[in-house]
This record gives sequence, structure tokens and C-alpha cells, in this order.
Amino acid sequence: MRLILTLFLLIASPLRAEVDITPVESAGGLEAWLVEERSIPFVAIDLIFEGGATLDPDDSLGATALMAALLNEGAADMDAQGFAIRAEELAARFSFDAGRDTVTVSAQFLTETAPEAIALLNTALTQPRFDVDAVERVRAQMVASLRRDALDPNTIASRAFAEAAYPGHPYARPSEGTPESVAALTRDALLRAHEGAIARDRVHIGVAGDVDAETLGPLLDTLFEGVPDTGAPLPPRAEFAAEPGVTRVPFEGPQSVVAFGHAGIARDDPDFLTAFVVNEIVGGGRFGTRLMRELREKRGLTYGVGSFLASGFLGESYQGRLSASNADVGQVVDLIRAEWDKLASDGVTAEELDRIKTYLTGAYPLRFDGNGAIAGIMASMQFQEFGIDYVNTRNGLIDAVTLDQANAVAQRLYQPDALRFVIVGQPEGLN
Amino acid sequence: MFLRPLLLASLGAIVAALPALANTVSHSTLDNGMEVVVIEDNRAPVVVHMVWYRVGAADEPARKSGIAHFLEHLMFKGTDDLAPGEFSAVVEANGGRDNAFTSWDYTGYFQRVAADRLGLMMQMEADRMTDLALTEDQWRPERDVILNERGQVVESQVGRQFNEAMLAALYKSHPYGTPIIGWRHEMETLNGDDAKAFYRQHYAPNNAILVVAGDVSADDALELARTHYGAIPANPDMVERARAMEPPHLAERRVTMEDARVGTPYVSRMYLAPTRHDTEDAAALQMLAALLGGSPTTSVLERKLNFEQGVALSAWANYRGMARDYGMFSLGIAPVEGISLEEGEAALDAAIVEFVQDGVDTEQFERVRQQIRASEIYALDNVQGRARQYGVGLSIGLDVDEIETWIDALDAVTPEQVIDAASLLLDRNSSVTGYLTRPTEEAMN
Repeated sequence: MRLILTLFLLIASPLRAEVDITPVESAGGLEAWLVEERSIPFVAIDLIFEGGATLDPDDSLGATALMAALLNEGAADMDAQGFAIRAEELAARFSFDAGRDTVTVSAQFLTETAPEAIALLNTALTQPRFDVDAVERVRAQMVASLRRDALDPNTIASRAFAEAAYPGHPYARPSEGTPESVAALTRDALLRAHEGAIARDRVHIGVAGDVDAETLGPLLDTLFEGVPDTGAPLPPRAEFAAEPGVTRVPFEGPQSVVAFGHAGIARDDPDFLTAFVVNEIVGGGRFGTRLMRELREKRGLTYGVGSFLASGFLGESYQGRLSASNADVGQVVDLIRAEWDKLASDGVTAEELDRIKTYLTGAYPLRFDGNGAIAGIMASMQFQEFGIDYVNTRNGLIDAVTLDQANAVAQRLYQPDALRFVIVGQPEGLN
Repeated sequence: MFLRPLLLASLGAIVAALPALANTVSHSTLDNGMEVVVIEDNRAPVVVHMVWYRVGAADEPARKSGIAHFLEHLMFKGTDDLAPGEFSAVVEANGGRDNAFTSWDYTGYFQRVAADRLGLMMQMEADRMTDLALTEDQWRPERDVILNERGQVVESQVGRQFNEAMLAALYKSHPYGTPIIGWRHEMETLNGDDAKAFYRQHYAPNNAILVVAGDVSADDALELARTHYGAIPANPDMVERARAMEPPHLAERRVTMEDARVGTPYVSRMYLAPTRHDTEDAAALQMLAALLGGSPTTSVLERKLNFEQGVALSAWANYRGMARDYGMFSLGIAPVEGISLEEGEAALDAAIVEFVQDGVDTEQFERVRQQIRASEIYALDNVQGRARQYGVGLSIGLDVDEIETWIDALDAVTPEQVIDAASLLLDRNSSVTGYLTRPTEEAMN
């Protein structure tokens, strides 16, 4: 079969992300971004609370994570069973998660039972019971999970990298604590973590689905009834401080995990978007990136390699990650250094930049994939301090990036002499 | 609690009102035998385009384990018209994402892209259905890639290795006992000729299913399918797949794996079970799994073993019926510290016996039914998930009606049928029980 190759020159005129965002302010002063979608009778709400595990005191590591895991383990007059049964009766779905920078709450519920579901979620946010039996049960699960993590080379690599990167800052600590710290957490520590994390002054609200602004306002006021105005103060910024070099962590297995990186670029830095575009060319987690081409496609050295701007709420780094056979690690490290050298001196090409722009602008609308995803994006955009019109201006900003700008930023971003490698495994061939 | 009956009634009404949205699926067959399913969802100007081949790891020749998955990788290496990597590059240049997957029963390729690019995706996918070009420069490094993939996702993860050992013990004869990615020593010998032979034998329109989901009308999608896929002749030599089937299982199997990388020891049990082809049995087993293990809080096993007896960190039950030849029911328990795997297994078995004796808790049963009905509504939000459901179903040999009436089949299950189905779990002859544990202190020294 002959293909008409000219067809391939057909370039995507960027799809508009057809997302119509309504800012909603409730009578009680809560702000939310709403995307109405009336065709399926359910609503998705995402809450992002700034702070997360960085709020844990040094003597209570893991308190925020254990607290969040207990929010659906009993509230108000319901024990863990009672709360779960009530959620099942309503066919409502709640999830609570604590990360390094945030506590997130995701809820999906049917239009029909929205008031009941919101009232139930309110009890989880404001009246969690932290019953002794629930605390011990979930604590045991968390300790078991931390013991598994301690034997997982990827987690070991992440932790070792964070320790090297942010000495003395909460970013250097494991977000879920350690088996020992979690075993020692008191009920008071959980209550304090709850008070510190769940507050109005740090929440971002995204909503998508079968609800209009008039109905949403009162629902949000019900959801936040009893949530305190202010939470715990946030820690200071984290400065990237890892020295160049190689850290080896011995670990038995056929492969090594290689984590690497250096200082990054903050989200509010004027160069951030350009750096994002350049990184997509280099290691954006797809086929066809420079790193994938050099390490996987040409040489078969790894199943997958990616790089990412780890721009957190309090600090930023630029990192990459892959797994490779122990015997190949020396070669892998050399190739990464060589690629960094090339990027720092030559930057990217006009063709690469054009291709990535077409991809990024074309793929953007694909993210808005259903109510659940859209609610999450709405909350996350506010957390990241984007304006409400960003959805419509973002593709234009990407198209406007010039080759000179991209390469100026590449020169700033790629620092071959600053690279710190953390290698977990039994690597061979390292210089 | 007065709300419950009211809710059930109103949910029923919601589900009854759904067809306007849910009934937008059409099904047809091209002249060359290629099946076409179109799922319309106009919420966003996007489509998912998938081609599923009715061939997978369970159809591999002897000593060639991993060839189905290797071929899946090589399908991105170019055709007579497309350079290696160009397929994905064109998808990306059009703002899309693409990938592929291999299972025992099927191999699938998909792209998510703006709806007006559907024709281009079909043109390229049709091209690589017949015109794959492979040179040694391309397949050699890719063989290292799949070996690295095995190293990363299996050999570096003790739970996955344990799972391989369990499946190899469960199936005495059927290829479901061979890992999809292949055994390393056989993968190391695979080559381009093996891949080409497998490709020629199995990739053809009369062994393929096209699923398009998103912002396109059934008529337009079908017209495009006729243009791009309709021109490919059927392969007249396509044969119905025939696999080695299981002899009678007269003895239970037990597997013990010790590894220093084990963080949480656990017991896992897998039973051979009916597939979705036996709709009633499968529906009863699905309800059984939901009751035993469908919730981390209220399911029977969690309630008994974790909440009441305090012997489990967690306990689970799962049923997988979407397979061509054998389904599987699995159970497991991760005991708390101080409880041995033997004690954990005994508690798990006792909990099942008790469940069968006591019968189904009517309130829990109603809540599970409630959630299943609601899950139909939530599922409409995920167009790619819906597309996958049809792709898997058709490629294991279900018809569209069997796929679409599954919720009704679940709804028709009675508590008595669930208890009958649970008798499967009381006969361990068709099962394997595995212990995954750390080496004893002595062995570690």
C-alpha cells in the first residue's frame, strides 16, 4: 500500500481546549473554578490544600500522611465501618492523599445525592475521629508500606537524591515518614496535623460536572462549614544544594536505578515555560525524545528514560531517571553527560522546537479528559497560580517561544558540571 | 438510613434514563472481516483510535515466548513508507499520543488525537497492518530494550516474580502459565524472522477489531474505515487459534518464594475459574469478589480478618473473567506482624467457610448492587475505558450484546447464586497457593 506522504505535512492547527471555566464565589467567600458538563449525572470536586508533609514537625514525620489516610476511617457519629457504609449507600467516591507539598481530596458523587455526599465529606474534613482501633490498623498498613518502600530501588533513589539536594529542609525528609517515626506518632500529633493542614486559607477548589454556579456555592459552604480559616505556617523556601558527583547505594538486583539532576527553574520564573518546552524535547517521557533516542532506540540500554522539571511549591530541581543493567551503567552515565554537554553548548534545533510546539499545542486539549481529570486540572491550575484564562492563552505562549529564547534557557538549564548522580544497584564501568 | 430505599429507586431511574447517552455504540463488519465498533462521545473534539488483534502471548510457538510482545515493539520500527519512529513522530506532530499493549489474548495499538486526524491515524495503522519493514539494525537494539523491560518490571520487583511463579504452577499445560513478556532465556534468542513470521500469520483485517471512541459519528468513522482498512485483503489462511488446554486438576499446588527484598510477606491463592463466556457463573463470581474483597473497609474479608480478628494488614479477593480460555479467582492475605503465613492462610480459609455457612448479608448485597449501577454512570466519563471494554470483550470472543448486558447479568445475580459460586473456593484442586516471604534469619547469615 502506498501512503501519500504529503499528508504528513498536514500540521495540526492547535485545537482550542474547549473548556469554559466559570469562577464561582460562594456566599461564605470560597472561590472555585467550575466547568459545567451536564451530560452525565455526576459531579467531581478536587480540593488541594497547600502544605502537605512539609508541615510535619521534625519529631512527627509522617503525621500528615497518616492523618490524611484516616480521614475516611470514621467521622462524627460514624466509625470506620459506618462512614464507609454511608459512602456506599450514596455511591459516592472519596479519596484523600497527602504528598510532599499538598493534601488533596477528590470526590465524585451523583447529582441526585449531591447534598448528602457533601454533608458526609464535610464530616470527614471537620470531624475525623481518629479512633484508637482505626489509628492502629492504618498505622500498621502504613508501616508495612514503608518497609516495602525501604526495599524498593526507585524509592531509595528518590530519597537519597532529596537528602543530597535539600539538606536541613523538610524537602529532604520522606513525606510518609519512616517505619520508626510512624510507629511513634501520637493521637495528638494527628490532631495537630489535621488542624495545620485542612484550612480555608490554603485551599484550591476545582469542580466539573453536572452542577451550575448557583447550586455549587451553597454546596461549597456546606462542605467547608467548620473548616478553620487558617492553618499552620508554611516552611521557608528550599535551596538546591547537592554537590556534583556520584552517590552509590548498594542494592542487589540485575539492574541499577539511576537518578540524576541539578538545580532547576521555579514555576514563577519567566524562563519556566521555555524550560518546560526544552525539557519536552530532551526527556519528556515519550518516544522520540533525545534521551530515549540515544539510550533506548539506538542502543537498547533501557526500557525508558525521562527528565522532568521538579518545580515544587517551595523549591525546584531538574531531574532524570532510568533503570539499566548493572553492566551498562558506566556507559549510561557517560551518554547522559555527553547529552548535557551538547545541550549546554549547542541547544536544540529549529526543527526540534517546531515539532515539539506542534505536539504540545495539539496535545493540550487531550488533557481535559472527563470530569474527574478536569476538576483536578482546575484545582491544580489555581495551586500553580495560573490565571483563569491560561487555558486559552497557554498554546499561544508556547508558539511564541523562539529558538534564541529556547537556547538561552537551555544554556541556563543544562549544567553538565553540576550533575549529581544517585545510583542504586551494583553499577559497573563508572569512572 | 431511611434514605436507602429512596436512593435505590432514584438510581434505578437514573440508569433507566441513561440510554440517551450510553446507547451511542454501533457495531459492524467490513467486507474483509474487520470488525468495527464506534462509540460516540461528543463532549470534547477528541478521538481514541484502537486496533486490536486477536492474538497474544498465549498464541506463541514453542520456545518463542515473548514474540507477541517483541513484535508489538517492532511495529513502531517502520514500514515500506514510514521510517523507524516516524509513526509516533507523526502522531505527535499532530498533537496526539500513541502506545500499544500486549496480553495473553490480544495485542492492541492506540492513539488519542484531535477528532479531525482520525483518517490519518487509520491510514498509518492500516499501512503497518501489512507493510512492516524490519532490518537487523532495528530489531537488535529493540531486543535489548525488551530484556531491559523484563529486568525493570519483573526481575527488579519481587512481587511480579512471585506472580510469574504462581501462574506457572496454576497452569499445567495452557500458555497462560507463560509470562507475556517471555522467559529471559527464550527472549534472548528471538529475532526479526520470528517476529515477521508471527506478524504474517496473525496480523490481517480478518483477525482485527477497530474501536473508535469520541467525537465522530458512526457513519463518518465507518466511511473512513472502509477507505483505509477496507482495501486490505483478508488473509485466507487465518486459522482459529488452538491452544493447549488444561488436563483435569487433581492436586492442589503450593509455591514458596523467599527473597530478601520482600517488605510485607503475604499469602496468595489463585483458582481456575469460568470466563465471561459463561455469563451467569461469571456474574455470580464477580458479585462474590465484590462482596468478599470489593472494599478496603466493608468487604467480608477485610471485616472479618482485619477489623474483627485483627490478623490481617489487608485481605483481598478478585475475579478476572475477561479471558478467552480460563478465568481466575484470586484471594490473599497479608498478615499483621506476629501472625505467620500458615495462620493467615488458615484464617482466610475459615473466613470463606464462614461466609458460605452464614450466607450473604442482605444489606451489603444491596449496597454492592447500588454501586455497580452507579459505576455505569461514572464509567461514561472515561471514553478510553469504554473503548477498552469493547476491545477486550470482542478480542476474547464475546459479542457486543454480551458486553453490553453485563450490568444486567450482575443485577440478576441472587444471594443464593453467590453462595453456590463460592463453592469454587472450597475445592483447592484447581488452585495454587503461594507464600512470599523473607528468608529465615538463619538463611540470611
